Amino acid sequence: MGSTTGFFTPDYSDEIATSAKEVKSDTMIINLGPQHPSTHGVLRVRLELDGERVVDAQPVIGYLHTGFEKTAESLSYQQCNTITDRLDYLAPMTNNLAYVLAVEKLMDIEVPKRAQYIRVLFSELTRIASHLVWLGTHVMDLGAMSLFFYTMREREIILDMIEAASGVRMNPSYFRVGGLAYDLPDGFMEKLQEFLKDLPRWMKSFRTLFEDNPLINERLKGIATITQEQALAWSVTGPNLRATGLNLDLRKAEPYSGYEDFEFSVPLKTGCDAYARFWVRVEEMYESAGILEQCLSKIEPRGVYMTSDRKVALPPRDQIYGDMEALIHQFKLVTQGFPVPEGEVYQCVEGPRGEMGFYIVSDGGPRPYRWRARTPSFYNLQTMPIMCKDGLVADVITAIGSIDIMLGDVDK
Amino acid sequence: MNPKVDSVLARLQARFPGEVTRTQTKDQPTFMVPRDSALSVFEYLKTDEGFALLLDVLAVDFFPARPRFELVYHLYHPIEFLRVRLKVKVGEDQPMASVTGIWPGANWPEREAYDLYGIVFEGHPHLTRIYLPDDWEGYPLRKDYPTTGKRSD
Repeated sequence: MGSTTGFFTPDYSDEIATSAKEVKSDTMIINLGPQHPSTHGVLRVRLELDGERVVDAQPVIGYLHTGFEKTAESLSYQQCNTITDRLDYLAPMTNNLAYVLAVEKLMDIEVPKRAQYIRVLFSELTRIASHLVWLGTHVMDLGAMSLFFYTMREREIILDMIEAASGVRMNPSYFRVGGLAYDLPDGFMEKLQEFLKDLPRWMKSFRTLFEDNPLINERLKGIATITQEQALAWSVTGPNLRATGLNLDLRKAEPYSGYEDFEFSVPLKTGCDAYARFWVRVEEMYESAGILEQCLSKIEPRGVYMTSDRKVALPPRDQIYGDMEALIHQFKLVTQGFPVPEGEVYQCVEGPRGEMGFYIVSDGGPRPYRWRARTPSFYNLQTMPIMCKDGLVADVITAIGSIDIMLGDVDK
Repeated sequence: MNPKVDSVLARLQARFPGEVTRTQTKDQPTFMVPRDSALSVFEYLKTDEGFALLLDVLAVDFFPARPRFELVYHLYHPIEFLRVRLKVKVGEDQPMASVTGIWPGANWPEREAYDLYGIVFEGHPHLTRIYLPDDWEGYPLRKDYPTTGKRSD
């Protein structure tokens, strides 16, 4: 298949030829995507259709593959943090958290309690922001346009808070090995308090748009079912697994970063369908808001935010200008990075989409020998054929939206 | 560490004496398993011990050591919240038995390891490249894959 435009055109001729041999004569192969607004990124789904019925739905991925794992092998440990933002770009903070916890575990670094709580704060803010984007786009896929504008507006408030703390809206890299990049800005807690005061009010107004809405319920109930056995067999984690009734939330099961000091419950549903997954996420947003509420009283506005361990922490500014050793230390940390003792480690956190984990092998140098991201969407997307089989074409869109995939996460 | 995991590990070592060897790690119990008996160990952990969730399959390249690759399997017990890591050493031309028969979710990660490392999984239902184009030459995550220069060099 030649291209006259000069752009790279993938050659599907082999694939189409082999699949044509397999299919029955009365079925039809249709490509959904890769450039389709309902695929939430660049995902191609190869649909085999018998009229309006789906016989098979195979996701074809790799359009966003950027080779993060190879790139990371030539970056220092601190620089790798910037890659984690770009994996799941709607929930950068939880990716940051999984990565820095992994490195800290390998180096045995103690992080101050206050920094741990601030990490919890931003993880939960990110979770709400990520679920807001999911809510808007998912409901838009089902035909309700207006909610998207409202959820994006509220997400903007969260992005403003992230920007105030880290200086960047989308890819903050705010967590650093050993603590945080900066302390919280002045007036941050007041902003958060205001946000938490508003949250129930706008959640209520959102719910009037989708709760008891027969059009939306009709399109979610009993659609795209994954049973608990199937979910476990296909390595599904996160809200998708909790919608099958399995109580597995890493924040409760294996608390990290001070989550054991917070009180919250884990929303569970047993419906196994798109409707159950929908409500698990909506209820999770309220639980996250509850955790943020506790953060208000737990975090002092000013305090330590970085470990005192000079192996990873930069020396304070005032020392750099007056102290030779501090200057050398700063220079070495910035230009060469810090060495990490030989070994391997796996650390995971509960991201908005499931278990986000990092497996790092160190050879004792300042760069990771192997840097592996266990991204939840990659595994969750494998269930597409199960969810879509024998359903309607319109329900394929529901299925993609209901498992909340992130293509940056899938293709890494 | 969780006391329950110790009893699981003791049973595992009693069941496969001399075959599984524990290695020292910081985070979770790790075992080296020989390539030939790996599948029976996995089968045992899934059916008898309840490690129903396969979290990840990944490869690490230890070039120029021989055998060259190490396959790492992260298993999870979703009821008791136990973790165990199994490692299998695989040479450059040695195929590894696919675990898709035990955990279907291994499908894509095994394809990924094939795509980026060139490790062949026997018994995999659809072992093709997953990220890269089908006509791509070489396996990018290998340590001897060039990171600079043109493809034509």
